[in-house]
Amino acid sequence: MSWFSDTFSSSIGRKIAMALSALFLVIFLLLHVAVNFLSVISPDAFNEASHFMGTNPLVQFLMQPILILAVVYHFVAGFALEASNRAARPVKYAMKSNKNASWMSQNMMISGLVILAFLVLHFMDFWVPEITTKYIEGDMSGLTVAGDMRYYEELVHRFQNPMRVVAYVVAFVLLALHLLHGFQSSFQTMGVNNKFTPSIKKITNAYAIVVPLVFIFIAIYHFINH
Amino acid sequence: MQIGSNFPAQIPEGPLADKWTNYKNKINLVNPANKRNIDVIVVGTGLAGGSAAATLAELGYNVKAFCYQDSPRRAHSIAAQGGINAAKNYQGDGDSTYRLFYDTVKGGDYRSREANVYRLAEVSANIIDQCVAQGVPFARDYGGLLDNRSFGGVLVSRTFYAKGQTGQQLLLGAYSAMNRQISRGKIKMYNRHEMLELVIVDGKARGIIARNLVTGEIERHSAHAVVIGSGGYGNVFFLSTNAMGSNVSASWKIYKKGAWFANPCFTQIHPTCIPVSGDHQSKLTLMSESLRNDGRIWVPKKMEDAEAIRAGKLKPTELKEEDRDYYLERRYPAFGNLVPRDVASRAAKERCDAGFGVNQTGEAVYLDFASAIERYGKEQAHIKGMDENDPAVYLKLGKDVIANKYGNLFQMYEKIVDQNPYETPMMIYPAVHYTMGGTWVDYNLMSTIPGCFVIGEANFSDHGANRLGASALMQGLADGYFVLPYTIGDYLSDDIRTGKIPTDSAEFDEAEKAVKDQLEKFINNKGSKSVDYFHKRLGKVMWDKVGMARNEQGLKEAIEEIKAIREEFYKDVKVPGGMNEYNEELAKAGRVADFLELGELFAKDALQREESCGGHFREEYQTEEGEAMRRPEFQYAAAWEYKGADQEPEMHKEDLVYKDIEVKERSYK
Amino acid sequence: MKLTLKIWRQKNSEDKGKMVDYQLDDVSPDMSFLEMLDVLNDQLVGKGEEPVAFDHDCREGICGTCSLQINGKPHGPDSLVTTCQLHMRKFNDGDTVYIEPFRAKAFPVVKDLIVDRSAFDRIQHAGGYISVNTSGNTQDANAIPINKDDADKAFDAATCIGCGACVAACKNASAMLFVSAKVSQFALLPQGQVERERRAENMVAQMDAEGFGACTNTGACEAECPKGISLTNIARLNREFLGAKL
Repeated sequence: MSWFSDTFSSSIGRKIAMALSALFLVIFLLLHVAVNFLSVISPDAFNEASHFMGTNPLVQFLMQPILILAVVYHFVAGFALEASNRAARPVKYAMKSNKNASWMSQNMMISGLVILAFLVLHFMDFWVPEITTKYIEGDMSGLTVAGDMRYYEELVHRFQNPMRVVAYVVAFVLLALHLLHGFQSSFQTMGVNNKFTPSIKKITNAYAIVVPLVFIFIAIYHFINH
Repeated sequence: MQIGSNFPAQIPEGPLADKWTNYKNKINLVNPANKRNIDVIVVGTGLAGGSAAATLAELGYNVKAFCYQDSPRRAHSIAAQGGINAAKNYQGDGDSTYRLFYDTVKGGDYRSREANVYRLAEVSANIIDQCVAQGVPFARDYGGLLDNRSFGGVLVSRTFYAKGQTGQQLLLGAYSAMNRQISRGKIKMYNRHEMLELVIVDGKARGIIARNLVTGEIERHSAHAVVIGSGGYGNVFFLSTNAMGSNVSASWKIYKKGAWFANPCFTQIHPTCIPVSGDHQSKLTLMSESLRNDGRIWVPKKMEDAEAIRAGKLKPTELKEEDRDYYLERRYPAFGNLVPRDVASRAAKERCDAGFGVNQTGEAVYLDFASAIERYGKEQAHIKGMDENDPAVYLKLGKDVIANKYGNLFQMYEKIVDQNPYETPMMIYPAVHYTMGGTWVDYNLMSTIPGCFVIGEANFSDHGANRLGASALMQGLADGYFVLPYTIGDYLSDDIRTGKIPTDSAEFDEAEKAVKDQLEKFINNKGSKSVDYFHKRLGKVMWDKVGMARNEQGLKEAIEEIKAIREEFYKDVKVPGGMNEYNEELAKAGRVADFLELGELFAKDALQREESCGGHFREEYQTEEGEAMRRPEFQYAAAWEYKGADQEPEMHKEDLVYKDIEVKERSYK
Repeated sequence: MKLTLKIWRQKNSEDKGKMVDYQLDDVSPDMSFLEMLDVLNDQLVGKGEEPVAFDHDCREGICGTCSLQINGKPHGPDSLVTTCQLHMRKFNDGDTVYIEPFRAKAFPVVKDLIVDRSAFDRIQHAGGYISVNTSGNTQDANAIPINKDDADKAFDAATCIGCGACVAACKNASAMLFVSAKVSQFALLPQGQVERERRAENMVAQMDAEGFGACTNTGACEAECPKGISLTNIARLNREFLGAKL
């Protein structure tokens, strides 16, 4: 245990854990966006994929707890790091020039907090009702009263409120900014800075822009179409 | 009186090449268990002090190291650029221990001690091995082996380097060796501490009084021996390439306690420094001598061109080849731009005095890389199979080669002067750089105070009247790594039963009182002028009358003027703030007080030396061609003994005997 | 030119300290920044006031003593220079210049603009060396050829002057660039291999103990480093640390 606490209590160890959780979330996000995008192509396909995800024991009882753990860890460790980093400079500068680094890299806390606020909303919107339906009410059928698959309807329903759509758009813009720094930064943290770095940066930019953009597209698409 | 009666130089008998080996075989050693009971103080943590502290601690002594900087890594050795000499003969160009010895003695104009120099040449190769083992990243070639370059005054390539930051890399090597010992608890490091007095008990150096520069506290530190490695005294000129804090105080305090001070007038004026730009100037910046490997030095041939350049009407790049006077190549065809520093400096001064200077003040010459850029560019183009006659190709490639060799120097020049030296020639002028003179030491590096050792630039022994490029780093590390650790053992072998030296003795009381009295005097002085005001005035007298060229009348005037400045200083200096706090003005006041005394001795030494040799040029003693005229009757080291505040110091002569080298005319033609 | 200087004044480590305004006329563009402060101090001493304390020594950009946060940037507006090499031609007539000490918990203020950077020394004590005694019979310097590329990279890392600008620039006051430069120098050389793992672990542990922040890869350190030490060194340190722990 001392090796573990030794490694992960050190500044680099904590950063590596941050990076690992981040990369896990990046993969999850890709999956998430893919499933959601089905809702634009085919409501049936979306329903099936959602039902599979919502009822497969492997996803539900292995992947979901890991995901929750990763999310919680990423936030808690992020806040803890920010707190100790702030403590490392108790007296602030009277004059600070921020030109030496990107806005994204210097404000991961702001983008992170917005994403957290969004996640609260997101959980209230989808996750809490899901859990309630499945595990409290015990309805694992994935069907509405009328007997249709319920997932697509629920999704579309959420995006009828323009305020929610705006909130989603803002959150995804901030997510893009968060990813623009965070994705490639996690490679540096894990020690990768070599001839592949320029490619990593390109992939980061593509990912950080495309994925949130697709989420935004889905939200607006359903808002307009229904 | 000659040295030999009271204070023998302790040079071992036997053939030159065997002296050091035989000597090491016979000296007394201290056994490891006893070393634990012996304390050694090291003042200064540059190449000499740092390497000595680390090595003594490795051996088992308890070392207390002192530096005025906030970390030992900042000692001014760090600023040495070009390289370090060693007789490795990796290039197979005929180098040997003897040749390095010979070059150093000749370069020093036959004013150094033969046996010390031979020992220096002998241990030089070990230094490179040691530094590489420590992880010093010397330059390497593509085969992975160490690269060398050539420096002034020699005909072989024996200089090891790390771009233009060799001093930095070597110092960080010594610093890392110190860190290892600090972490083991064998070195106790006192940063931001300044030695203000030496304590002598029963005729032996037994401790120092130091001031904590942060709190102002006066501290007593005792030891069985005191090692001074506090560097040179070039800042007596106010403007020099030394660090702002470099000072003579440690050497001067021991001088006033009985250590003789040798050859103070032997000062090196380095030929390639950035010229002075105005009255606000606080220090001068050196451009490494290595630049003379590839740069060609010139001034306009015609007076009207020089005037047009000074007036800003003509650009140097517009001047045709035949209108340029490459005066070093003209005067010294064999060595060309790589003549020793003293020769290059005087030649620059000669041209500028004659009216050919190229900046607004008329005190600058050109150092031009255009032909090197072309030569390297064509070479690279050839290797890469590109068009070697296309200027766009070879200029680009040539600039890359130059950037690789001297990039940091070129960048430094551009930042300071605001001109791009890849496009237009650099302007340079000589500046005070190094002091060959220093505390007189015997073969053991011990001063005339038993137990007080002096190493590195602070002592006088190895460079005579002129130091060759890349030899200072060599000497500092030789003294600290490979000489002192042996010789000090011989002395300390008598101290194994002494026990801890108490700091509550009358001697410590007295020394501490003297220090406090002087500090109080400064703080309570109701003067009106800053310390720098006096320092600048001293510097001007030194530069004008005791600088690159000296004469009897000027020296006599300088002695009187320095006395007058000193008296005024004590009457009119103003030191704000208090004693028990961080107070840089107070620290500076103490240092300048010592410079004001040293300056006078410096001029006296220059006055008695009625010859020209190395860095010491007396206008009365020159050949018809304007070269230095050395005189055989001055083949001695002048060691000055302090006799009291109002007394004339007494000069002792150490005759310099050369058995293994023929004393010749020093010609670089 | 004329300048308004806003300078941090703090009598000692216990004092609270505050920004104080000074006016300075007749500043020449050829002056270095520190020479400009010399002129100010000369005037202050003339008026019987205490001069502004600042760290400086070699004044040629190599000793790493000078510091100063100038208009919010360590070593001021110019790139790849230390404060002592910064020249006043980089400023304009009428400018207001903020001059503050490097700020970090691990760099407590000693007086005015002087900070205590001994934390850097202590990190070096923890492993910034190769354990070799001075003996005179280490093996020949050319016995181990070293790939020029590695030797050059080791040199580039080794040119760190330990000034602390990386810490001052970093929003987290992280010392990673400094530590990674030393670790990299030795990690790249064959001589450094034996103690490689211990070195990375111990130096990082000491860095953390000194109260520096963690690296969040903003790159501000690299942008402000007067010697251009590269971020690749930080990646290498991360690698070395991970390698040592696994």
